[in-house]
Amino acid sequence: MGNGLIIGQYVPGNSIPHQLDPRTKITIIFIFVVTVFFANNVWSYGILALFAIVSMLLTRIRIGYIMKGLLPIWFLIAFTFILHLFITKEGAVLVDILGLKIHVGGVIQGFAISLRFFLLILVTSLLTLTTTPIEITDAIEYMFHPLKKIKFPVHELALMMSISLRFIPTLMQETDKISKAQASRGVDFRTGPIKERVKAVVPLLIPLFVSAFKRAEELAMAMEARGYNGDIGRTKLRELKITSLDVIAYILLAIAIAGLFVTRTYG
Amino acid sequence: MSAYRVEFRNVSFKYDNEQPWVLKDCSFTVDPDESIAIIGHNGSGKSTIAKLMNGLLFPQEGEIFIEGMEVTPETVWDIRKEVGMVFQNPDNQFVGTTVQDDVAFGMENRGVPRKEMRKRIDETLHIVGMTEYVLTEPHRLSGGQKQRVAIASVLAIQPNVLILDEATAMLDPRGRKEIMNTLHRVQTERSVSLITITHDLHEVIQAERVIVLNKGEIWDEGTPREIFAKKKALREIGLDVPFITTLKDELEKSGIHLEQEPLNHEQLLEDLWIYHSNM
Amino acid sequence: MDISLEHVTYIYQENSPFSHKALDNMSMHIPSGSFVAIIGHTGSGKSTLIQHINGLVRPTKGKVSIGDYQLTHDTKPDNMKELRSKVGVVFQYPEHQLFEETIAKDIAFGPENFGVTQEEIDRRVEKTIQDVGLDQSYLEKSPFDLSGGQMRRVAIAGVLAVDPEVLVLDEPTAGLDPRGQSEIMDMFAKLHVEKELTTILVTHSMEDALAYADHVFILNKGSLFMEGPPLEVFAEKEALQQVDLDVPEVMQFLNAFEQKFNQKIPYTKQSMKEIAQAMAQIVKGGQSHG
Repeated sequence: MGNGLIIGQYVPGNSIPHQLDPRTKITIIFIFVVTVFFANNVWSYGILALFAIVSMLLTRIRIGYIMKGLLPIWFLIAFTFILHLFITKEGAVLVDILGLKIHVGGVIQGFAISLRFFLLILVTSLLTLTTTPIEITDAIEYMFHPLKKIKFPVHELALMMSISLRFIPTLMQETDKISKAQASRGVDFRTGPIKERVKAVVPLLIPLFVSAFKRAEELAMAMEARGYNGDIGRTKLRELKITSLDVIAYILLAIAIAGLFVTRTYG
Repeated sequence: MSAYRVEFRNVSFKYDNEQPWVLKDCSFTVDPDESIAIIGHNGSGKSTIAKLMNGLLFPQEGEIFIEGMEVTPETVWDIRKEVGMVFQNPDNQFVGTTVQDDVAFGMENRGVPRKEMRKRIDETLHIVGMTEYVLTEPHRLSGGQKQRVAIASVLAIQPNVLILDEATAMLDPRGRKEIMNTLHRVQTERSVSLITITHDLHEVIQAERVIVLNKGEIWDEGTPREIFAKKKALREIGLDVPFITTLKDELEKSGIHLEQEPLNHEQLLEDLWIYHSNM
Repeated sequence: MDISLEHVTYIYQENSPFSHKALDNMSMHIPSGSFVAIIGHTGSGKSTLIQHINGLVRPTKGKVSIGDYQLTHDTKPDNMKELRSKVGVVFQYPEHQLFEETIAKDIAFGPENFGVTQEEIDRRVEKTIQDVGLDQSYLEKSPFDLSGGQMRRVAIAGVLAVDPEVLVLDEPTAGLDPRGQSEIMDMFAKLHVEKELTTILVTHSMEDALAYADHVFILNKGSLFMEGPPLEVFAEKEALQQVDLDVPEVMQFLNAFEQKFNQKIPYTKQSMKEIAQAMAQIVKGGQSHG
């Protein structure tokens, strides 16, 4: 399972992006995502790309690893590019293959949209690459805290999220184990008609559910034994702290945005 | 106030009315700082005893007292401050996403201030020898390491009673050794009564007192030496006896009469040497 | 079927920050019909090794041969299913793989996948439930109504029903009480002889390795550390200590006895009674032994 998507995969480290407060990272990415749609010329795109690339370099994660992880996304990007190439009919005709005309505008539009798409995915994956899921959960719990006033179960939701995160690797190991056990009993998960393959999932799913329920039951008991009684009178070990690094990050973002609005063309 | 840490008075329990008794009329006590082992075959009611002590289950008949306080649905949150439990499956009791989060979980539930939590995390991880793993995620730990974290988590709430419910059953020999060493340190550094529920003979030998359960009843109670002297009867109820006990038995049949029941290799060798010197 | 590994290396998640070498240039040979024990700590590569024997993973480097079937990084046997029908694996806590409504159906699952005829399946279901020491009356019950020990027996029956030539056992007694442990091991010893199996036992128990295996492999950090007949391997006390493994208790005691009394009682798997008699003779100051 190691060579699939890297979105959602955390790589431990101690780089500047790793050290930023998760709320800062989520906020910056949110603003970045919105701002990307304002870029409309080479300069403004350049500034955004520069911001994304600098962020990527700062993580100190091997670029090859990040790019390889984004491989499935590259196909989507290529598809988007080709789509725009043929749909947009602006500017001079560049090529004419059997009546299929590619316009200059199409090439430009294709580039722009693909780059936009790429930047969005890259920056978002930098969040998960440098932030543990639990930090994201903490940030969400904090940012949604005001919703508690309207009886929204923020604490319970955050606890559920953190427990799910905690058990994802355990359940993945379990899935691997059971699928190997069934494969050695002759189940073929990979070949054969769809109907057969769907049927092959049953011997995997039932044991997984049985074990997940058993785990849930035991975990609930262990939590009770350790005094868990809802969030009444509860304190928290984890603490989110805004440091000077976060302030610098916000300033850099502000500069990038200012640069973007200076360079973008109006009218 | 009762002088006992734990007291069971004629406790009987069943899971529901249709089913037979899991425990029948069990009475026993545990003194402060005492270490006891509870043994019995699978299904003898051992684990039920542990859950009753912590208020995870309540008896239909009889009473249970912890530090003189009766275990009832009203007192259960206070009881759980006194009684900490480590369960069998290392994975299914690890709540936190990292080691320090897991140790903190019990303290967070009890509203311990953050500064105090930090202090206790450092202390308890030091006792169980896991200091360098503070930030490690559970799936990167071995079973033995996870159980050591579970012990630290329990110690962090500073209980008077520590129960290990087959906590080593799923571990490899190295993991078991780790836990045994850890418990030694716990006993020297903290004042706790230790209750070990186990099949492992090495763990039984370490205890000061052994309670043997058979089919929901207390079958016998005594020092490990007294218990293992009844080897034949033990085997009949599906339990094992240590190698050393079996060997002593065979030596007896070959005409070597030793006064006491040996508990380890050194003792038996020493006794044989004395016997030899007196020839 | 002879099984051999030639310079097998296996790397998990190669080219990722999590890459990890589970097997490192390992070579070994397991002759057909033998009962071997594989010993090593968690992380020594035992689990990865047995997955190779079943074709569940392929070596990163080197070659694995199981009879006529061969596995390398780039090649696998044309008929992987056939290989799997000849190598049965009882994984750790095999009861976790049960899923059918009835015990009979669960035992039949393997043979059905391998295309055994219905008549033959029925015959095997009835036979294997007895082989694992359960009564035929269990067949129509749900496997989830059984005790843990009984569920394990059913799961084992499911592997035996495929009628493998090689049986791989990954810590088959983990989590059972002492009586359950010895019953299960005695059952495998009996099956090994009756069905003329090649049995590969992965274990932490030196006692079991000594009692049942005729050849022992000691693994350490993905490499083969030592191998040989159990009595020879366990005589190498110092070497085993290097990898943090203990000698079986009976041999430990005989070693200590030799040091104290300066007389050796060689261990040849004799009974406890014979050992006690030999000791009694020395202790009583009779004529020296051996």
